[in-house]
Amino acid sequence: MEHELTIKGRAYVAGIYEHPTRHAPDKSIAQLHAEVARGAIEDAGLSKNDVDGYFLSGDAPGGTWPMVDYLGLKVRHIDSTDTGGSSYIIQLGHAAEAIAAGKCSVALITLAGKPRTGHSPVRSPGAEADFEAAYGATTHNAYGMCAMRHMHDYGTTAEQLAWIKVAASHHAQYNPHALLKDVVTVEDVVNSPMISDPLHRLDCCVVTDGGGALIVTSPEIARSLKNPLVRLIGHGEALKGPNGGKDFDLTYSAGVWSGPRAFEEAGVTPKDIKYASIYDSFTITVLMQLEDLGFCAKGQGGRFVADGNLISGVGKLPFNTDGGGLCSNHPVNRGGMTKIIEAVRQLRGEAHPKVQVKNCDLAIAHGTGGLLGVRHAASTAILERV
Amino acid sequence: MNETRTYPAPVTNPETAPFWEAAKAGKFMIKRCTACHEAHYFPRSICPFCFSEQTVWEESSGEATIYTFSLMRKSPSGPYAIAYVTLKEGPSLQTNIIDCDLEMIRIGQKVKLSWKPTDGAPLPFFTPV
Repeated sequence: MEHELTIKGRAYVAGIYEHPTRHAPDKSIAQLHAEVARGAIEDAGLSKNDVDGYFLSGDAPGGTWPMVDYLGLKVRHIDSTDTGGSSYIIQLGHAAEAIAAGKCSVALITLAGKPRTGHSPVRSPGAEADFEAAYGATTHNAYGMCAMRHMHDYGTTAEQLAWIKVAASHHAQYNPHALLKDVVTVEDVVNSPMISDPLHRLDCCVVTDGGGALIVTSPEIARSLKNPLVRLIGHGEALKGPNGGKDFDLTYSAGVWSGPRAFEEAGVTPKDIKYASIYDSFTITVLMQLEDLGFCAKGQGGRFVADGNLISGVGKLPFNTDGGGLCSNHPVNRGGMTKIIEAVRQLRGEAHPKVQVKNCDLAIAHGTGGLLGVRHAASTAILERV
Repeated sequence: MNETRTYPAPVTNPETAPFWEAAKAGKFMIKRCTACHEAHYFPRSICPFCFSEQTVWEESSGEATIYTFSLMRKSPSGPYAIAYVTLKEGPSLQTNIIDCDLEMIRIGQKVKLSWKPTDGAPLPFFTPV
C-alpha cells in the first residue's frame, strides 16, 4: 500500500490548558511547567503515564534531562526545538510527524516562565554577535524597523496598525484572565507614548508570567476521549534572516513560505478560514503575517485590518478572540502556545460566547519567533473540527 | 547623546580576526565570493550563497543608504537609532546612526562609515553625509 507522506489528519489536539496566572512571583518556573502539563493532561482525560512524547523549548529550566526527570515522565520521543515564540507551533507539527511515524502516541508540549517577575531565558550568542550585539536590537526597535519600512513602501499608517490593538481589546473585555481588559480606541493607541518609532506603547504586547500546554495524540486515542475532535490538517515552518545582506526586505516574514506549505497540505485556502490566531507581539507583526499568509495582498494589510475587520461578530476575519498577546497573555514572551489554545477553543465551541465564531470548523494558528526585523522562524498550523 | 554610550569590545575568532585587524587600521572589510561574485556581510569563510570557500576580503567604500531605522526613545544610555543601511557594494547590514539629530533620520538618507572605539577593535557605525 502506498504510504501518503503527510501529517494531514494524523494527529489530534486532545488536551489544552492555559495557566490563569499573569504574575507568579511565588511559583518556580519548573512548577509552572508541571501545572500546565497537569492541566492539559486532565483536559484530555488522560493520565501522566499515558504521555510517551515530550516537547519542550528554551523556556524549560535545564532543558531535556532535568525537565523529564522533574516531571517524572517516561518518554520514548523528545523534541527541544527552540525558535522562540513559534516553537510550540513548530512542535505541534513535529508531534504530528512523530505520531504518524509511530514514535509516540501521546505528546505533551509545555511552555512556562516568569518574565513579569523578572526571569527570561538566556540565548547563547550566534556567529553574528560581534557584528550586531553593540547596536542594541530589542524587540521594540527590531519590529519598529519593519513597521517603518512597511509604512514607507506601502503607505501603512499608525491608525491602521492601531485597529489591530483595538480589535484585540474588544475581545479581551470578555476574558476574565486578560491582563488588560479595557476596550481602547484608535486615538488611545496613537496617543500612547512612542516607544520605538513608529510603534507606540499600545502597539506592544503585554509581558506576563504563566504558560500553557497541549496534548497531541493519535486519531484512535483522540476518538476514545471526551473532547470535541480537533485535528491538524496542514503544517508549515520556515526561517528568514538578513541573508548576508542580499535582497534585503523587512516587509515580509517567513510566513510567505510556511503559510503556503500548510495551506497546500490542508487543501484549503485563506478564504476558507473561519478563525485566525495570529501572533501579536506587536501590531505590525499581525499586519505583516496576514499579508504573508494570503489573507490580503502584500501592502494591503493596513486596509484589511481597519474598521474592525478583525473583531469577532463585526469583521470578516475574527482574530485572537482571547485578547491575544496585545491584551491577554504573552507568557515568557513566547506567544505561539496561546495561539494554538484559542484556536482549539474556537473549534470546540468553547470560546467566550461573546466572541465565539459560529460554525467554526476551520482555524489557523500562526506565529513567528525570534525578531521579525533580524532573524526569525515562522510556523503555520491549520486545524479542523471533525 | 551617543558620545555617552560605551560599546563592548568584539570577542573575535579565527574566522573574523582579519576584519577586526583591518578595523584597527581604519579599513571596513566585507567578503566577496570569487566563485559566484556576490558580496556578503557579516563575513564568513564559506559563501552563504553558493557555499564556495573561495571568499576574499574586499575593502568597502563605507558609503551607504538608510534602508530602515527605528528611534528607541528611552534606554539606560539615552535615545538611540538602530538601522539597516545598504552599502554601495550591495550588502545591507545592521548598525546605529550616530552623531546627528536623531529626529531628522529618514529612509533613503545617504550615510557614511564612522568608527567608535572600544577596549579592543573599533566598531563600525554610520552617520549622515
